[in-house]
Amino acid sequence: MASQPRPRAPRRAAVLGGNRIPFARANGPYAKASNQDMLTAAVDGLVARFGLAGERLGEVVAGAVLKHSRDFNLTRETVLGTRLDPRTPAYDVQQACGTGLEAAILVANKIALGQIDAGIAGGVDSASDAPIAVSEGLRQTMLAANRAKTPAQRAKALAGLRPGHFVPSVPENLEPRTGLSMGEHMALTAAQWGVIREAQDELAAASHRNLASAWDRGFFDDLVTPYLGVTKDTNLRPDSTVEKLSTLKPVFGRGEGATMTAGNSTPLTDGASAVLLASEEWAAEHRLTPLAWLVDAETAAVDYVHGDEGLLMAPVYAVPRLLARNGLTLQDFDLYEIHEAFAATVLTTLKAWEDPDFCRERLGLDAPLGAIDRARLNVNGSSLAAGHPFAATGGRIVASLAKQLKDNGGGRGLISICAAGGQGVVAILEA
Amino acid sequence: MSDFLSTLIGSPVAKRVGVPQPTRLRRYEPGTPLCDSPVLVAGEGRFAASLSESLRAAGLVTVGSVEEAIDTIGAVVLDLSSATDPEDLDALRVLGAPAVKRLRTNGRVVVIGTDPATLTDVTEVATQRALEGVVRSLGKELRRGATANLVLARGDASAGAWSAVGFFLSGRSAYVDGQVVRVDAGAGVDDDPVKPLDGRVAVVTGAARGIGADIARVLARDGATVVAVDVPSAGDALARVANEVGGTALQLDVTAPDTGTRIVEHAVSRHGGLDIVVHNAGITRDKLFVNMDEARWSSVIDVNLRSILRMNEALLGEGALSEGGRIVCVASIAGIAGNRGQTNYGASKAGVIGLVTALADQVRDRGITVNAVAPGFIETEMTARIPFATREIGRRMNSLQQGGKPKDVAEAIAWLSQPGAAAVTGQVLRVCGQSLLGA
Ligand SMILES: NC(=O)c1ccc[n+]([C@@H]2O[C@H](COP(=O)([O-])OP(=O)(O)OC[C@H]3O[C@@H](n4cnc5c(N)ncnc54)[C@H](O)[C@@H]3O)[C@@H](O)[C@H]2O)c1
Repeated sequence: MASQPRPRAPRRAAVLGGNRIPFARANGPYAKASNQDMLTAAVDGLVARFGLAGERLGEVVAGAVLKHSRDFNLTRETVLGTRLDPRTPAYDVQQACGTGLEAAILVANKIALGQIDAGIAGGVDSASDAPIAVSEGLRQTMLAANRAKTPAQRAKALAGLRPGHFVPSVPENLEPRTGLSMGEHMALTAAQWGVIREAQDELAAASHRNLASAWDRGFFDDLVTPYLGVTKDTNLRPDSTVEKLSTLKPVFGRGEGATMTAGNSTPLTDGASAVLLASEEWAAEHRLTPLAWLVDAETAAVDYVHGDEGLLMAPVYAVPRLLARNGLTLQDFDLYEIHEAFAATVLTTLKAWEDPDFCRERLGLDAPLGAIDRARLNVNGSSLAAGHPFAATGGRIVASLAKQLKDNGGGRGLISICAAGGQGVVAILEA
Repeated sequence: MSDFLSTLIGSPVAKRVGVPQPTRLRRYEPGTPLCDSPVLVAGEGRFAASLSESLRAAGLVTVGSVEEAIDTIGAVVLDLSSATDPEDLDALRVLGAPAVKRLRTNGRVVVIGTDPATLTDVTEVATQRALEGVVRSLGKELRRGATANLVLARGDASAGAWSAVGFFLSGRSAYVDGQVVRVDAGAGVDDDPVKPLDGRVAVVTGAARGIGADIARVLARDGATVVAVDVPSAGDALARVANEVGGTALQLDVTAPDTGTRIVEHAVSRHGGLDIVVHNAGITRDKLFVNMDEARWSSVIDVNLRSILRMNEALLGEGALSEGGRIVCVASIAGIAGNRGQTNYGASKAGVIGLVTALADQVRDRGITVNAVAPGFIETEMTARIPFATREIGRRMNSLQQGGKPKDVAEAIAWLSQPGAAAVTGQVLRVCGQSLLGA
């Protein structure tokens, strides 16, 4: 009997650990570090923690949101600069702020399918070393000059240059289809949901408090490796209080209803993270104990352009689909990691899940998902305190949540990350 | 500025104007012979025959008298272990002097004696003790990187004597001069002379930089799997060292109460066991005694001494350090000789020496050895910060007339970590070029 290739049953993908560099506010200590520098540092720290020098992994998957065109092969180039075996393949992904988590999902899925045994998922962003493009006028003129066949044609093409062409175009945090910044979008949603200022400031203060106490108890000793003399997240304000936060002026929204300040919105941040995922067998062979399993994931998108949904509301849609598929309720989790793009994002997300009309009309649910125990939310701080180097946030969250679940002796955690373009990426970890 | 000056001193100009130039020391490279041939092996002691045999097995040419050597001599091994009367000591002079005259650059003199502590007859004790005086004086006379050291045997077993003689002959002991090592009956074999630590798991604290980083490198070179430990704030440098040696980085403060347990957990779960522990992490917080504040005092005691005592409890607990394991502490000559402004540091390092001698006896039956190395002036970031003039004096006040390298300390530790060094325990080995301090 000829042997038939048998379909393999999917297997579990383990989160074995993570590493990141401390996150730093933009134009600070990492101002001169490139995305490749930072991602290399994050991966090499992970390699050192897990003794992977010279190891050939199945794949390294990572990305950056703000990316130079020269970095078209960022992750592969990074791998070549690390201590990993240079025969480790790599590719880039980009799903805005969902990049890091999406990378982890991709690696986990390949592990589950038996296509690879172990891989690293990562992300990096530099808001300091951001790509600056020449103006569209200058670019078109230069391209025309390049196409010219004779010196006369070239001279003619270059004669079209105007002083205004030399103003560079700096990337802005604007949604291309609405021209509104992410903050302005969030302000609209926050106003619509009546998210008040005090609640946002409370969430921000809690984020700083939780992150500070995690640092103090050494939680990050095996999750972070210092970089360029920075040993702690520079945005962290351990002494942050609701009172202090309440004195800040709103920066998004208008007039009376403006509630979003620099204190309850994430700052532009530089940083990188990496997570090691593997099959159970690979982990055992390498004498590594899984921290948690990446059980399932879901992405969603909303039509914030033509529809009337908020830009950052996609995770609200993704989670019920994920719960249904896994036969879980929103209350079946020991820990929740809801990325704090803005304090208002977290608060609207929670409000939406508690709202019977919204859950019925928009999510098609018979009953609202309900409230969560806020003591289980972002227990080790989140992006408001740590900062948010876009593509690096997913890796930060996956590694921290996996470790906390392990420290708790087991449990289930939910990750929810909103992303530009009206997208959301959510996932379940179990230990 | 000071770097400029130090360059000047080592420059060809300085050479011509007469600043004494230190000899470039012969340092161990795997795969090279222990030392230059021929090796003169002489003396009436009970080890000479077996040592000659071992030397020849190691590929060296041995001679029984100077006359047999055609040209210069690579090393001199004199076995005086059977000397019982002061009269017998003259053999040292008769056999040794003509050979030392023909000793090559970076040559070696190793004398074998019997540990006076194992003798009762006063004349015998005096005779054997005299060997120490010979070796320490000869160390000061030898030039061009040559060293003289003494091995004192506590019995008839030859394995330990061979391990110590091999160390002293080799480039591993480049910066060890005028020292005494006692060997007992403990026996072990290095299966692979090029990778004597093959299959062993070693933990090195303070491995992010300086001496600790080189300890990690040398242990890994000799075959060990290295767990590199340092404070979380030194994590980036630590990661580089761990990746360089193909080991793992473990970010821990040695003063934390659970550090010992966490080291054991890591070594056992990730590498399947723990065989070698090197307590190297250390700090200085100098101040004259009268101005010494509480923070300076207690931080130095805590990092350099208390942490080792605390960690050892876990490291020596059940399922931790293996049978035949090795503990090596990094002390300092400041713990022997004392140093102005270092009452705290001197206390901590002298304490380490006390710890080593006491603990060695307690774990002897498990085949575990506990030793210390006491570095003298070692060229590191720590000593680079010493003002130029003081530094220049520090680096030259020894028989080899130069500072040692972190690697020199590491080599001594790597030797003490070998299975073959089972006969050496409870000792303090100075790696100081025979410093005048506390000599
Ligand atoms: N350099 C010399 O000349 C010399 C001489 C005699 C003894 N020593 C001893 O050698 C050892 C290494 O010295 P070095 O010159 O390499 O110094 P170093 O300062 O270059 O390195 C010491 C390392 O120990 C680490 N360390 C300090 N406190 C720690 C803690 N609480 N937990 C974990 N790690 C900690 C540091 O981060 C550093 O990486 C020390 O014990 C020192 O006392 C050095």
